[in-house]
Amino acid sequence: MFHRFHICLLTLTLAVACYSPRLLAQDTRGLPMHLGDTGLYVGSSLSQVNPDVLPFSPQYALWSDGAAKRRWIWLPPGTSIDASSPDAWDFPIGTKLWKEFAHGRALETRYLERAADGAWRFGSYVWSADGKDAVLAPAEGIRELAAPNSPDASYTIPSEEDCRACHEGAPVPVLGFSALQLSPDRDPLAPHADRQTNAVDLRSLTSRGLIRNLPPELLAHPPRIAGDPTERAALGYLHGNCGNCHNNEGPLAVLDMTLAQRVAAPSASNAVLSSIVGVQSQFRSPDAPAAEARIAPGHQDASVLALRMNSRDPLQQMPPLGTSAVDAEAVALLSRWIEGLNK
Amino acid sequence: MKTLKFFVFFVLVVTASFARADEAVSAGPYDPVARGKYLVSTSGCHDCHTPFKMTDKGPAPDMERALSGHPEQFVMPPAPAPTGPWLVSIAATNTAFAGPWGVSFTANLTPDKETGLGKWTAQTFTETIRTGRHLGRGRQILPPMPIPVYRNFTDEDLAAVFAYLQSIPAVKNKVPAPRPPVPATAAVVPQPGS
Repeated sequence: MFHRFHICLLTLTLAVACYSPRLLAQDTRGLPMHLGDTGLYVGSSLSQVNPDVLPFSPQYALWSDGAAKRRWIWLPPGTSIDASSPDAWDFPIGTKLWKEFAHGRALETRYLERAADGAWRFGSYVWSADGKDAVLAPAEGIRELAAPNSPDASYTIPSEEDCRACHEGAPVPVLGFSALQLSPDRDPLAPHADRQTNAVDLRSLTSRGLIRNLPPELLAHPPRIAGDPTERAALGYLHGNCGNCHNNEGPLAVLDMTLAQRVAAPSASNAVLSSIVGVQSQFRSPDAPAAEARIAPGHQDASVLALRMNSRDPLQQMPPLGTSAVDAEAVALLSRWIEGLNK
Repeated sequence: MKTLKFFVFFVLVVTASFARADEAVSAGPYDPVARGKYLVSTSGCHDCHTPFKMTDKGPAPDMERALSGHPEQFVMPPAPAPTGPWLVSIAATNTAFAGPWGVSFTANLTPDKETGLGKWTAQTFTETIRTGRHLGRGRQILPPMPIPVYRNFTDEDLAAVFAYLQSIPAVKNKVPAPRPPVPATAAVVPQPGS
């Protein structure tokens, strides 16, 4: 028998559901169904970014087939990032990050948030052609989205598993927002370098109290990869594009090959070099079966790492996902570096 | 009535105690290797990962090379072109498969450190099966590996399978790399979850 209280509650619930259809719109992963409900924009504008959201630009950007990208982070008011472990920052509960991908027009905005239980949630929002909405993609992704301005006129939305493949290979799932990537000492030779207006860096984050416990040495002497300019840029590219999977701490440590830089370890560059230069590879390229070393000094055409970077054969390409077009600029950089080794 | 209630209660208590005793006798500590052996032996792993050899009783799995994948010394010639609906060719060893995806060779699942799973961890094994990607984040695992089936194993069962695989004799056997599809027969490789 209904009590009057129950009738009022039911009526109120129905009213909210009818008049605020997006209020209850979440998928089973707990993510909002619409990008406009994630907090990136002011109101329902989908163009005016929330002033509390901070733009950032990693110095060693991930290659995404030439897509123009914008990145943002939001921290809950009054919170800050614990940087006491310089290569594995601890982000507060409620942290949100967005990354927009555009070929001519915005196609996708990837979203990452740290939930109340500490776990990270991953989602991708697909933009409509008219730019009026961006809706959460299914967890399995979308294989071939029509995108006339993309390299092969199609664009792939990654599955959640694809997201986790890279993001959960690193010490912290947040990639591209780290001491090295946000160092004020930016690498002038880094491929595809761009910098958003008002992008934050290590110094501005510190002065605004948004990171704490960062070792003072990293402010006095901002992180910089050791080596001559070409080697610095080449190793930086490998860090940004490969080090999230290929490192000594994550699941791929079994391969005994690290391409990740570590600001807390001055010898990190040496660890990278010693794991690839002159080191035998288990992989043999069908295009160059005689190539045996990961990096053969002076011989980029005999270096398995370079051969795989220069391929988009699904059986041998590196990276294995997230790109369908070779990064020609980066291949040229790596080739210059390899040819210059031992000279 | 009180007597009846007491009798029912007494029967229930005695039955429960026998049940607990039965559990104590049959349960025993959980042995992941034994569980893994059971799963591997009943899920068809040997069918493709243990090469077949010809015996006087016909083809049979060569258990001296158990779960070591396609023998490296058996260099396969180019695969025959598919004809009509007959899309797949299988080697006599049952360890090499040619189809629209190219040619795939079954992996060495023994714990040999250089050519098998000796350096893998339970995490990389589980993630491989769950995602259908090599080491959980590399290239796609090719057909006919039934990833859509095995990805439904529980975490505990995948860990048990891995534990068993790590316990069997290591066999040094470098399985050849997969071959790309011949252009005339190229097709989209089925993706996990599609």
